[in-house]
Amino acid sequence: MTALAETPVSSRTADLAAGLRAAVGAERVLTDRVQTRTYECDGLANFKVTPAIVVLAESRQHVVDCVRLCSEAGVPFVARGSGTGLSGGALPSADGVLLVLSRLRRLGPVDADNAQVTVEPGVINLWVTRDAAPHDLLYAPDPSSQLVCSIGGNVAENAGGAHCLKYGFTVNHVLGAEVVLPDGEVVHLGGRAPEHPGYDLLGAFIGSEGTLGVATELTLRLIRVPEEVQTMLVGYHSVEDAAGTVSDIIAAGIVPAAVEMMDALAIEAAEAAVSCGYPEGATAVLVIELDGPKAEVEAQFAQVEEIAGTRNAFEVRIAADADERALMWKGRKSAFAAVGRISPSYYVQDGVIPRTKLPEVLAEMKRMADAKGLRVANVFHAGDGNLHPLVLFDDAVEGQAHEAEELAGDILEQCITSGGSITGEHGVGQEKRMKMAKQFTPEDLDTMQLVRCAFDPDGVANPGKVFPTPRLCGERPGVRTGEHPVQAAGLGEVF
Amino acid sequence: MTAATATRRPGTPDDAVNGVVPGEVVRPTSVEEVAELLKAATADRRTVVPAGGRSKLTWAAPPSSCDLLLDTTGLDRVVEHVAGDLTVVAEAGVRLADLQARVGDAGQVLALDPPEEGATLGGVVSANASGPRRLRYGTVRDLLIGITVVLADGTVAHAGGKVVKNVAGYDLGKLYTGAHGTLGVVVSTTWRLHPVPPARRVVVLELPDASAAGPLAIALNRSTLTPSAVELVAEAGGAGRLVVVFESIAESVSAQARQAVELMGGGAELDEVPADLGRRPGGPDDVLLRLAYVPTGLTDVLAALPAGTHLAASAGTGVAYAAVPAADAAGALPAVRAALAPHDGSAVLLHAPEAVRDQLDHWGPVGDALDLMRRVKERFDPERLMSPGRFVGGL
Repeated sequence: MTALAETPVSSRTADLAAGLRAAVGAERVLTDRVQTRTYECDGLANFKVTPAIVVLAESRQHVVDCVRLCSEAGVPFVARGSGTGLSGGALPSADGVLLVLSRLRRLGPVDADNAQVTVEPGVINLWVTRDAAPHDLLYAPDPSSQLVCSIGGNVAENAGGAHCLKYGFTVNHVLGAEVVLPDGEVVHLGGRAPEHPGYDLLGAFIGSEGTLGVATELTLRLIRVPEEVQTMLVGYHSVEDAAGTVSDIIAAGIVPAAVEMMDALAIEAAEAAVSCGYPEGATAVLVIELDGPKAEVEAQFAQVEEIAGTRNAFEVRIAADADERALMWKGRKSAFAAVGRISPSYYVQDGVIPRTKLPEVLAEMKRMADAKGLRVANVFHAGDGNLHPLVLFDDAVEGQAHEAEELAGDILEQCITSGGSITGEHGVGQEKRMKMAKQFTPEDLDTMQLVRCAFDPDGVANPGKVFPTPRLCGERPGVRTGEHPVQAAGLGEVF
Repeated sequence: MTAATATRRPGTPDDAVNGVVPGEVVRPTSVEEVAELLKAATADRRTVVPAGGRSKLTWAAPPSSCDLLLDTTGLDRVVEHVAGDLTVVAEAGVRLADLQARVGDAGQVLALDPPEEGATLGGVVSANASGPRRLRYGTVRDLLIGITVVLADGTVAHAGGKVVKNVAGYDLGKLYTGAHGTLGVVVSTTWRLHPVPPARRVVVLELPDASAAGPLAIALNRSTLTPSAVELVAEAGGAGRLVVVFESIAESVSAQARQAVELMGGGAELDEVPADLGRRPGGPDDVLLRLAYVPTGLTDVLAALPAGTHLAASAGTGVAYAAVPAADAAGALPAVRAALAPHDGSAVLLHAPEAVRDQLDHWGPVGDALDLMRRVKERFDPERLMSPGRFVGGL
């Protein structure tokens, strides 16, 4: 047994490992395959690559040293936070370095008067709100994984959550970032104050999925805890009625904090997993939350209840206190994992459609699933048209995994055709990069690539992610002529 | 598809961009025409400055050259307004006021309220213009969900899309926001809309000493009240007026206005929003600055401005517009920038009378990302033909 022996690596990575040990300390550099395999995947477990080297950074200087050495050696690096991403964005390179940032966990003091706090990228999302709470403040982006996901990962993916309908996404809540560029240079994008002169490179950096550099410090905007929060759980006998309720709420000029929908299969799964006590026999449920000043919430909440009634809701349950609210949310937030109770395997999808297309896309999705003999559980942020279809399958059945993947892909194309997007919050990562060419023209992608080339001309930061084809920055792509693939396929004209 | 309907004429002094008279003014009416024009301009190495309603053309430094003024007002179509999705797609030459009228018919609003009259969407994006309601709704970067641009070489590129929630690809919309035409021409924009609140109530508090406004704005921010705007209009070293705007349902605005009066220790309630809310201070003979700082910096900002400076601040957000008497500007600007520094602040020149324009540093310190910005510019506009010299660092 040679478990402690060095992994055979190319001399280039061996030299790099030696350089890294000297720079950041041997105890923070892993090359033993048994140890590095721990990092072979993120939250998307069907892609696995064991990295040649893992660096456990504990300071900005470690990140700078690591990135600089990688750049000099021409070795790719992939930054990783908690590894909860669902698109393979933190999938390592086999011949590269995985730069783990979860030990960069310092939180600065909350600046309550300016409603902001500066944190390191390994800080867990929920810790920010925990620290802000004594000042009656909170950090708005709340991905379902907020107990474990890191702020750095949230920034890389421009993470959303249930409450972005009203409050926006990570990009709307980050004021500034200290970023180590792919050549090791440190820059400050944005800051504590608004409107820094110059290009909004912070806006371009957020959501770039680790392809433009590594954030080592982030200044986050906090918001005031609202005076009143009210949550209701509504049961329906038809998905159309649930979708109609969402449209009517929006048409009434109400902007809820969150509107979440689950269909029968998702409800069944959540019930089996966490006994959330959702209305029995429901074909669809909505979790609707309003927040804000008391008078506004009370009046609009009554209005929403009335709308639900006109849309044939058979049960409206109102959370009497924080515990009941938490139970309503528990069913929703545990839905992904819960599906494991009713299916051996499942594929989590993330797509967006214009809210008004909800009923027709759901019907089409059901038709496509039936044609393949597969089941799809639907959990979604109905307020902003962000679907999370969970395609259920059984690995033991020959070919079913492939069918499921195909169906998940078809659903995405349906999202594009209806005027939506291939990802609302999980990112493109490794998983969806080929789909980018369906949503964007070659010119669009080439133009995005210009940003990449400005930040990372050597292409060492998370290469092979987000874009369908890697391009060398030296060659300026010529303008192509001809039809857009979406048009050529007869899928649509406007995108 | 590409009907050549662009009109061309020689530039006149009336077309000058911060004193630089364009050789020619061209007004295309389609995206395809813009692409052809830019491709041809690049082939001939001609410099191009895009302009829409021309309400903010002074907001960036004078271009080092302007062979062609590209007038975007012919791109004037509202392409698609889907009320049920609260989204609208409109070309860059559509006037903001016209768009508001259009979506207003459906009880909706694009929650951007810069006061410049005649402003077009492309200009609002390129100048990153905002108004009082930024406190509640944010700025262009928070509301722009899709964009189409034409690069110097004629490439037409889209980013974002028609849905609010979308993380596919780099967000080029952010890059073009506030880029002042230096990376190409914005030709179409897609926006998130909001419902028009049914009721409004305003609290006006007169302050004998304007510097009392800072702590009041912070107290409002820290309360559970949700004003759309908290605006301070003041004279440095003198009195001020704090205007707090509530927009929601009737029950809520009256309750909130009452609470605001209590919290601020006074104030008169109005039923309507004052017509001059958010108006930029000063006149054509003053130097107009946009100051930005962390919100608690407001008191120091007021103290640093020369006496006689008129100020309009979005007090809760850390953005203020200051009209400094032209004679004082050259002396005052470095002092103001120094006073803003501890508040992570910046002071950008938006307008200066011709007599003093060349004596003033338009953008001030940019920070350590300037080289990176330069590299971005080099990738998007390698020949430096798009609005050259207008932006930070001479970009």
